[in-house]
Amino acid sequence: MPKLTINGKEIEVAPGSTILQACEEAGVEIPRFCYHERLSVAGNCRMCLVEVKPGPPKPQASCALPAADGQEVRTDTPMVKKAREGVLEFLLINHPLDCPICDQGGECDLQDETMAYGRGAKRYDENKRAVTEKNMGPLVKTIMTRCIHCTRCIRFSEEVAGVTEIGAIYRGENMQITTYLEQAMESELQGNVIDLCPVGALTSKPYAFNARPWELIKTESIDVMDAVGSNIRIDARGRDVMRILPRNHDDVNEEWISDKTRFACDGLLKGRLDRPYVKRDGKLVEASWAEAFAAIKDGISGLDGSRIAGLVGDLNELEGTYAFRELLKNLGSSRIECRQNGAAYDIRQRASYLFNTGIAGIEEADFCLLVGANPRHEAAILNARILKATRHRGLKVANIGPALDQTYAVEQLGDDAAILSDILAGKHPVAKKLAAADRPMIILGEQALARPDGAAILKAGHDIAEKFGLMSLDWNGFNVLHSAAARVGALDLGLVCDGGVEGILADAASGALKAVFLLGADEINPSRLADCFTVYIGSHGDHGVQQADVILPAAAYTEKPGHYLNLEGRVQLANRAVFPPGQAREDWTIFRALSAEIGPAPLPFDSINDLHSALYEALPHLADVDVRPQAQWGDFGSDGAVARGPIPLKYIDFYQSNPIARASKTMAECSAVKRQKMEATGTHG
Amino acid sequence: MLNVIESGGAFNFSDENQEKIKTILAKYPDGRQRSAVMPLLYLAQAQNGGWVSSEAVEKIAEILSLPRIQVIEVATFYTMFNLKPIGRYHVQLCGTTPCWLRGSDEVMRACKDMGLEKGKSTDDMLFHLTEVECLGACCNAPMVQINDDFYEDLDYDRMTAILKALKRGEVPPPGPQNGRQASAPEGGPLVLRDMVPAAADKE
Repeated sequence: MPKLTINGKEIEVAPGSTILQACEEAGVEIPRFCYHERLSVAGNCRMCLVEVKPGPPKPQASCALPAADGQEVRTDTPMVKKAREGVLEFLLINHPLDCPICDQGGECDLQDETMAYGRGAKRYDENKRAVTEKNMGPLVKTIMTRCIHCTRCIRFSEEVAGVTEIGAIYRGENMQITTYLEQAMESELQGNVIDLCPVGALTSKPYAFNARPWELIKTESIDVMDAVGSNIRIDARGRDVMRILPRNHDDVNEEWISDKTRFACDGLLKGRLDRPYVKRDGKLVEASWAEAFAAIKDGISGLDGSRIAGLVGDLNELEGTYAFRELLKNLGSSRIECRQNGAAYDIRQRASYLFNTGIAGIEEADFCLLVGANPRHEAAILNARILKATRHRGLKVANIGPALDQTYAVEQLGDDAAILSDILAGKHPVAKKLAAADRPMIILGEQALARPDGAAILKAGHDIAEKFGLMSLDWNGFNVLHSAAARVGALDLGLVCDGGVEGILADAASGALKAVFLLGADEINPSRLADCFTVYIGSHGDHGVQQADVILPAAAYTEKPGHYLNLEGRVQLANRAVFPPGQAREDWTIFRALSAEIGPAPLPFDSINDLHSALYEALPHLADVDVRPQAQWGDFGSDGAVARGPIPLKYIDFYQSNPIARASKTMAECSAVKRQKMEATGTHG
Repeated sequence: MLNVIESGGAFNFSDENQEKIKTILAKYPDGRQRSAVMPLLYLAQAQNGGWVSSEAVEKIAEILSLPRIQVIEVATFYTMFNLKPIGRYHVQLCGTTPCWLRGSDEVMRACKDMGLEKGKSTDDMLFHLTEVECLGACCNAPMVQINDDFYEDLDYDRMTAILKALKRGEVPPPGPQNGRQASAPEGGPLVLRDMVPAAADKE
């Protein structure tokens, strides 16, 4: 443990720390541009200069200098002050003073640090360098004259996103940051370079010239675009969500978010259901809430509970889902299904559908077996964690299923689910690797579990976990990868039924079911609901409303507080950033009001507090907020042979995977760019 | 859009160069094959008539499993990789102090009078002129490098003669153009003459 003094204060830091980190620990601020704690050290901006004794009699770059025993570091001497002024003066030689028209204004590192450490005047009167703007795709806008060559974006694209697409061409003063031939970036995490850029060189294209940071109301919340539960900050002005930024959470999303999380927010303003609709003479017409409730009462009057079913969508918070379940229970129906993807989750054991290792736990693992999973598209942030583990912790990844580019090296074992049985029987070479690994993990994808023999695949996963030491006192290597934010919560509420979604749709077509309630269920093909009384409750006019007889407008995720369980089973609380548009209401209030109308008795909660009490009683583990649960291990899945044959990993467009993203213009542009690229390279589908 | 590199149609290394690539790659330890990016770029440039096309960059990226952007980073960093088509004879004229003192301006004037322009190719795509920094042949200054050969001890007339010969399709002998051997003193040896009988006889 090196012991050093910083501005006369003695401090002991962890071995391997740099002087900059030691200063931070001592509470001394060091200005920096190129240094970022989650990226490798570049040491090229020179802003972090400090005076160190013993050492040469000149300022040293603290970000790249290891802390050593007995060093005397000073950050408050005239030498350091002069060095900082000099560095800033050099940086500002070519940086345009266009802050009034720059989107970074108000949240710009260069602006702030110039105010804090700069000279206040410059001595350079010659012309500034001008650099042409670069195309980087529909998400990142470039004004490269502002670039100070910190190379954070280059390091991010290589080290975190795993797709090296940004680089620096030419050299010296002529150096320019660009993508290869100015092609659009491909990474699902590219939006993070906007946050990383310390100046206004890389800014958000959809958000360009929309708002200033100081006029935004900032709300901390949770993302629903995938099951990771990324921590986000929703920036709103008036009733509109202007942008979404990541919040730091070391165990979940670190400080990154996927592009869908960041840029799909313009879909919150388009295609919204802002008033109830009722179908009259085959056409949906606007109606009042009372008319809509009356129509529902008519539609289900005299129906036995067994003739009613419910489908739960991918984006719902726990409160609404719980109220939905209670409403249908009131009507005598227990046929509620949340597995829109058709996966054979087993709700008897909570461990059977959680990502038990935890997202941060991936970094502890040394061998990872993917089964029919595409983490890059299903959980982009989680995939970044796997990449990080492969780079820094020597994690080895093998894959059963179609060979897809996951941004890291993956050993392809073949597209045949029966390899699982071979591994179990010890006949496959991977069995040895699993047995030899200290902390092996297996990730079952939802599309593997959606095969007809999904339950047997789940069982095979369970048996592999037990046989190859994936389970120990402090390690659980069995993981199921979800892609829907609502899924784990709905599974906790037990919203599965025999036959699944397919059974409900078939029964609706055959006439066995007379009424179906869709709570934001948009990933199904509703054509078979044509002859059945269908009520859609949701935020967007998407697939689910096609056959609806009554539409009730509900709040989207930015418009309601709520509990979400991410794929680890971690409970996180979302907050309301804006109010729902028009007459749209929070889901649970809709069900409470509807229950009073259609009977038999109103739901027993009149306020969100009452609802929370009931919810906590139903799911006691909700009280452990933001803790990764240690789910109990047990028997799950069902015996049976895993059939030979490929895992049909159907192509899901990352940018179009939910109703909000499908309503977003930005996501549509990204999707078009991606399609174009795939057609050009012949890797379509 | 910045025109960084030009497209030159489909590119593949010739069979002979494929063999060379194998030799080059074998020089690097396992897993460090990406270090071969510069020799490969140079090979591509030689095969492609003096310049590297975007297709060549993509081919090299494929061979070395490097991201394309990293190959173009290297190619743009070094001035000796040409990323646009250039004339058949690339005249690199040294303008650094020793050559300048010995009359590189005169050599430049000869080039100009022959229709060459600094940084440009001639219309018939025969010549391309670049002014470069020291090429390390100061004792034979002034000098130019034409493709892979040095032409040294130049003046206005000698440079004009070389360019004219190249235009006629001849290849003038490279090396000193004033008759001396390599960088030996002009007019024969000046020291240790008794060791060279012929030189002693001259006295």
